[in-house]
Amino acid sequence: MKRLLLSLLLLPALAFAQMVTRDGVTLTAQQEQRAEAIGDQLRCLVCQNESIEASGASLAGQLRVIIRQHVIAGDSDRDIMKFMVQRYGIFVLLKPPFMPLTWLLYAMPFLALALGGLIAWWSRRNRIAAPAPLTAADEARLDELLR
Amino acid sequence: MTPLRRRLLFGLPLAVVAAGGGGFYTILRRMQNNQYDPHALPSPLIGHRPPAFNLPGLDGMQGFTNTDIAAPPRPMLVNWFASWCVPCLQEAPIIAQLARLGLPIWGIAYQDTAPAIATFLAQNGNPYTRLASDASGLTAINWGVYGVPETYFIDKTGIVRSRWAGALTLDLVANELNPLLERYS
Repeated sequence: MKRLLLSLLLLPALAFAQMVTRDGVTLTAQQEQRAEAIGDQLRCLVCQNESIEASGASLAGQLRVIIRQHVIAGDSDRDIMKFMVQRYGIFVLLKPPFMPLTWLLYAMPFLALALGGLIAWWSRRNRIAAPAPLTAADEARLDELLR
Repeated sequence: MTPLRRRLLFGLPLAVVAAGGGGFYTILRRMQNNQYDPHALPSPLIGHRPPAFNLPGLDGMQGFTNTDIAAPPRPMLVNWFASWCVPCLQEAPIIAQLARLGLPIWGIAYQDTAPAIATFLAQNGNPYTRLASDASGLTAINWGVYGVPETYFIDKTGIVRSRWAGALTLDLVANELNPLLERYS
């Protein structure tokens, strides 16, 4: 009985060990992991080459708080991304989504490959045919000239 | 190798370099003339009404909500600024001039305090018809504001038609704001 009581008393402490605090928001380690994964995919709009997770800008800090609040509220990754895109546009996504505006971007490797193939095919077709091998008479004439 | 192919082989890389150089020159020249900002982002708010908000007034002035700017009698500007922001200081004379010319300008102080704003307005004049305070900066996030100053042009139906991130300049007023005013007045 005593042992049970003791373990019951320790339970909240155990749970507490799993909690982390980031930017003033306390959440479980798993929630924090999810929040970091989301923040890593979002661009900080102040320092445009940094992710929200990595940036020291105060706006990035506020956005980290918002992401964590949404994670705690149980919103899906998709919902949180949508929240950001609605406010800041697709530029906020470090990986551009596949959409009409970015079709050309994603098609570029294939276009480059096709262009290379075309050039290879074209230059192959236009290669000058190798001359016919020398006849015995030609060989004799060559020997004579080189003598 | 035919002379034509030889010319092509030499000329093509040269043409690519020349085209690239021309492109970079145009970008740099437009940047120098304040016609192009590589960091500027298109605002997703353009073509929409601002999201719901309710901000208190500041410095004895009346604050405002999204419904207050849902149908203004004339096109107007909403200017996000802060007393601690240097470009805001730079654009203050231009904002003041626009207000003198009769353009309604409503201000929102971003993450600022009443005493600091009072000093700022005492030094630079107060061009604002109404002045609200977004102390937490959360309304700014809902608008997609990512720095101060930012200025939004709102037409008579309450729809955002343009957003300038960074200080307003005389060039921007002449090339972008004036045509908008002509179109939406």
